[in-house]
Amino acid sequence: MSTLPLDLQVLNAIAALFLLLAFAMLSQRRVVTLVKLLAMQAALLCAATLLLAWRTGETHLYLSALLTLLLKVLFLPWLLNRLIRRLGVYWDSEPLLQISGTMLVGLLIVIFSFGLAQPIVALASTATRSGIAIAIAVVLLSFLTMITRRKAMSQVVGFLSMENGLFFGAMSATYGMPMIVELGVALDVLVAMLVLGVFFFQIREQFDSLDLHHLESLREDQ
Amino acid sequence: MSGLTWLIQVIEVLVALLAAPLFAGWIAQCRAVLQNRTPPSIWVPYRNIRKLLIKEAVLAEHASPLFRIAPYIVFGTMICAAAIVPSMGTNLPFSNAADAIALVGLLATARVFMALAAMDVGTAFGTLGARREMMVGFLAEPALLIVIFVASLISQSTALPTIADRLATESFALYPSLAFTAVAFALVLLAENARLPVDNPATHLELTMIHEAMLLEYSARHLALMEWSAALKLFNYACIGMALFVPWGAATTEMPTAPALMVAIPILALKLLVSGAVLAVAETAFAKLRVFRVPELLATAFLLAVLGLLVHLLLEG
Amino acid sequence: MNAAPASMLLLVSLLGLWVVIGFLGLIRPTNLRLVAHILFPLGAAVGAAIAAAAAFSMGSPTEQWVLGVGLPDLPAHLRLDPLASVFLFLLGAASAGISLFAAGYFRRGEGALPGLLCLQYHLFLAAMGAVLLADDAYSFMVAWESMALTSYFLVTTQHRIPEIRQAGFLYLLIAHLGAIGILLSFGVMQGGSWQFTFDAMRAADLPPGWASAAFLLALLGFGAKAGLVPMHVWLPEAHPAAPSPVSALMSGVMLKTAVYGALRVSFDLLEDPLWWWGLVAMGLGLFSALYGVVFAAAQTDMKRLLAFSSIENVGLLFTGFGLALTFQSAGMSAPAGLALIAVLYHAVNHAFMKGLLFVGTGAVLHATGQRNLGRLGGLIHRMPWVAWPTLVGALAIAGLPPLNGFVSEWLLLQAFLSAHEVPRLFLNMLLPLGTAVVALAAALAGYVMVKFFGVVFLGRPREATLKDAHDAGWRERLGLLWLAAGCVLFGLLPNQAISLLALVPVQLGILEPGATFGRWWLLDPVAGRQASYAPLVFLVIVLSCVVATIFVVSRVYRRRIRRGAPWDCGFVRLDSRMQDTAEGFGQPIRHIFEPFFGMRRELPRPTDLAPHYRVEISDRIWNGVYVPTAALVQRLALSVAQLQQGRISTYLVYSLVTLLVLLGFAL
Repeated sequence: MSTLPLDLQVLNAIAALFLLLAFAMLSQRRVVTLVKLLAMQAALLCAATLLLAWRTGETHLYLSALLTLLLKVLFLPWLLNRLIRRLGVYWDSEPLLQISGTMLVGLLIVIFSFGLAQPIVALASTATRSGIAIAIAVVLLSFLTMITRRKAMSQVVGFLSMENGLFFGAMSATYGMPMIVELGVALDVLVAMLVLGVFFFQIREQFDSLDLHHLESLREDQ
Repeated sequence: MSGLTWLIQVIEVLVALLAAPLFAGWIAQCRAVLQNRTPPSIWVPYRNIRKLLIKEAVLAEHASPLFRIAPYIVFGTMICAAAIVPSMGTNLPFSNAADAIALVGLLATARVFMALAAMDVGTAFGTLGARREMMVGFLAEPALLIVIFVASLISQSTALPTIADRLATESFALYPSLAFTAVAFALVLLAENARLPVDNPATHLELTMIHEAMLLEYSARHLALMEWSAALKLFNYACIGMALFVPWGAATTEMPTAPALMVAIPILALKLLVSGAVLAVAETAFAKLRVFRVPELLATAFLLAVLGLLVHLLLEG
Repeated sequence: MNAAPASMLLLVSLLGLWVVIGFLGLIRPTNLRLVAHILFPLGAAVGAAIAAAAAFSMGSPTEQWVLGVGLPDLPAHLRLDPLASVFLFLLGAASAGISLFAAGYFRRGEGALPGLLCLQYHLFLAAMGAVLLADDAYSFMVAWESMALTSYFLVTTQHRIPEIRQAGFLYLLIAHLGAIGILLSFGVMQGGSWQFTFDAMRAADLPPGWASAAFLLALLGFGAKAGLVPMHVWLPEAHPAAPSPVSALMSGVMLKTAVYGALRVSFDLLEDPLWWWGLVAMGLGLFSALYGVVFAAAQTDMKRLLAFSSIENVGLLFTGFGLALTFQSAGMSAPAGLALIAVLYHAVNHAFMKGLLFVGTGAVLHATGQRNLGRLGGLIHRMPWVAWPTLVGALAIAGLPPLNGFVSEWLLLQAFLSAHEVPRLFLNMLLPLGTAVVALAAALAGYVMVKFFGVVFLGRPREATLKDAHDAGWRERLGLLWLAAGCVLFGLLPNQAISLLALVPVQLGILEPGATFGRWWLLDPVAGRQASYAPLVFLVIVLSCVVATIFVVSRVYRRRIRRGAPWDCGFVRLDSRMQDTAEGFGQPIRHIFEPFFGMRRELPRPTDLAPHYRVEISDRIWNGVYVPTAALVQRLALSVAQLQQGRISTYLVYSLVTLLVLLGFAL
């Protein structure tokens, strides 16, 4: 039976919801819902950071939570929704594997990450160390999301989810990254989004669709 | 075991037997209200059962004795299941004879006999219903077993009343694994009890039926027993869900006295009212799935249950 | 030759009696009455006596006996310990029921003389008994090969049909591949002492690499005989080809001798299992369980369906075996003992359940001449004495309480509940996943049994000739009732059975003696957990609820029952082709588990004048592994055949070269 203090239990619950959202993203086909799930994931991240800030009293975590809120919960989803409206990509086409097959592979990945993280969890010193396993699982699941999608927009969402997972892992393992690193990562993500947005328009102009298998025609023998 | 515990056991079974059609009537009322219709009286299921019991039974010419005895077997197993599921108190002597895995086995027995009876008359719809019911069953049963497994790991027991007892009397703790398994259990409940989005209990279109198709050949008292069994099954499932996820309020082993029982009965009624309303909302909010989407829904439930198991081993172990 | 201990002498003489009965059939080989009415029931009585002797000898200490026969420096060693007694009990009890059935079944010679059939049958039984008693590698292999050979002749009884000959050949081939594995395993286990007795193997101290090699070879060899995927391809061919009592024996008893062999090697001859041994066994077992049951759901032939169901149950047995090994290697003795008891219980259960189902299909085949599920139906009216016991068997395999299949499944699940305590890194998470697969396989088994029983016995007859089907004779009824009674008894009295079965882990050193499992009417096997099951109480309460309902309803609401045409939503022209076919009932499984099947479909087009629909399901493992391997072997053989030039001078060159090389070695 659980004997942890209440805030750690809440953190565990947030971690579990985080994992659930990653799974939900794996099975979603509507791109708009994917962006909503991404926003929810970032909101959970923000809540976890706030809770951790309250527990440990480190001020840079408050700043980090604010940054997450502004950037990942408000700005990026707004940007993505704008792109979706302008490009008109609301649905993803048939994914690579069947949904049930993808979920099964996802489950195996979760087992693998949990098993992988067990020795790390035994060594770490923070109170939220079991979140490391969840973070690794979310990163790998987002990778899987990126692999099994055909439309470019869904792959970008997968990439951003991977970044969320990394952030969660850093938070669980070492109570957050140094501010410089965080600001740098945030800036990188922003720039990547802007560049990708430009790319989407170029791809659509060239192939008249954002389906990435058209890119396969860019080969040597053509 | 004292006389009081035996009394509680018998009372629980009687309450389940008598209140099950009331529960079904309440859900029908909520659905009607949500769909902007005039709600039927809450006593309609009782009137239906009485009406059916006094009619003359018509059996198909070539129905075997299996067809005739199946309603009684299904009804009997459902009463037994009601004796194992803790609704008012958690001190049930009969649960020593049959734990949660035996409960799943009991539900499987009922399902198998219903399917066999449906295949007995040899009509197209009966066999169709039997096939679909077994398909829903073989995916829902493992999910239910994993849900019980997770609850057993948390409370170190496989007897359902003991699980409820330990979850109720321990200090409050957030269990994410139970949250996952609660969603999985809700999906299993919808599938096994032939509610939307898996099966419309009020449909008349035979090609879309799962549960009703198996009852097409029954009439009079056999049909009354089958309908009562279905209501009892839903009642049992609701009580299982409440025992696993919302166990507070039942008369636990620490206080198996009459006053605790007096408190437990209104709490049970309240829980049933709320869960009936939630069920009606869930039914109204979701459209009916195509039959071949149902395995995907149940596979999601199964995966959620397994995920709950893994989360329990990681975060709470 | 030293003095034989009492129980051992009794058992050996009973086995010898089987051999004598077999040879007695040769006196008048064409006389069916002698064979069927006298010899087979006699064989059944011997079987019952063996079961009783084995059960009574379980409490006594291990007995050993060295016979004078055998190789000059390796006389035959025999050994009777609790592990062998359990399987001897299984052999005797199941074969008693099956032989009783066979007494009524063999009414006309099935392509072989009745006397010959009697000889092969009883030699098969005696060979299986000898496998269980053998205590050294030589007598084990002799008994093993006799078992394979006699069963081959039994399988190819109707040898004039080419498919049956092919099935027999495949069976013999894989049996021999397995035997090579077992032989090599024995060779590794003797560990340098060159003494091939089992006692020497117990004493040998093998380094972990060699021990693992021995384990894997044994798993391969015994798995091939048991029908573990991927060595299972002979099972779905051989079981339908054999006459039904033989299929019942093979499925019910012979597969269990392979499980006995695996248990003997891993727990008795090898010590200190490594952590990954159990994992390999469990992985193969879980995959076989799922594979078998998914394929069973897609079959249209009664006996192939049951053969695949046997593959599923063998998978479950090996899953429990792997679980016990894993617990043993982690030092968790109580869960290991529980898992081992679950395996033994399931082996005994399955012998009764599958034996019952196979003899039921034998009676159906005899009465209707049909094996195809699409030509059967409605037989419960014409053959009630076959239908109702078969229903008991079907419900038991589906794992419904209070029958015996539920007890072993319950025990296995309780063992799995301790799996998360294994202190190994990935294992404590992978093992609970095994629970999910076991639960899925068990639920699918229910599906398969509803399909089997519903399509064969319920509904309306799909062919007009079925109305001439006759019910079973009195001997067959006796056999069916014996096996059904076994299913019921083992379901209602698990504590008595477990108190005997628990002697096996104690003897193997896994459990401490004196472990209790609850009171006589209540099964309570796990110490730290509140988990109990009382089947007698359960049955009493269920029956009383059912009887009370019948009483109240029929007394209070007295109304007649009128018979009429089926309602079917008012559709008037109902005929028997409108109910579900076997393919139709299996279609959801085919749809959901599509990656398992190699499916080829021919769908009709809208413009076809004579539309037809054809689906062919083939085993992917057969197409992907066996066919290319066979082609490779054929190519190798052809290239070696080049050596046979046909010219004398070439052969003389071979002799000269060999002579020169040998002379070179002597230098």
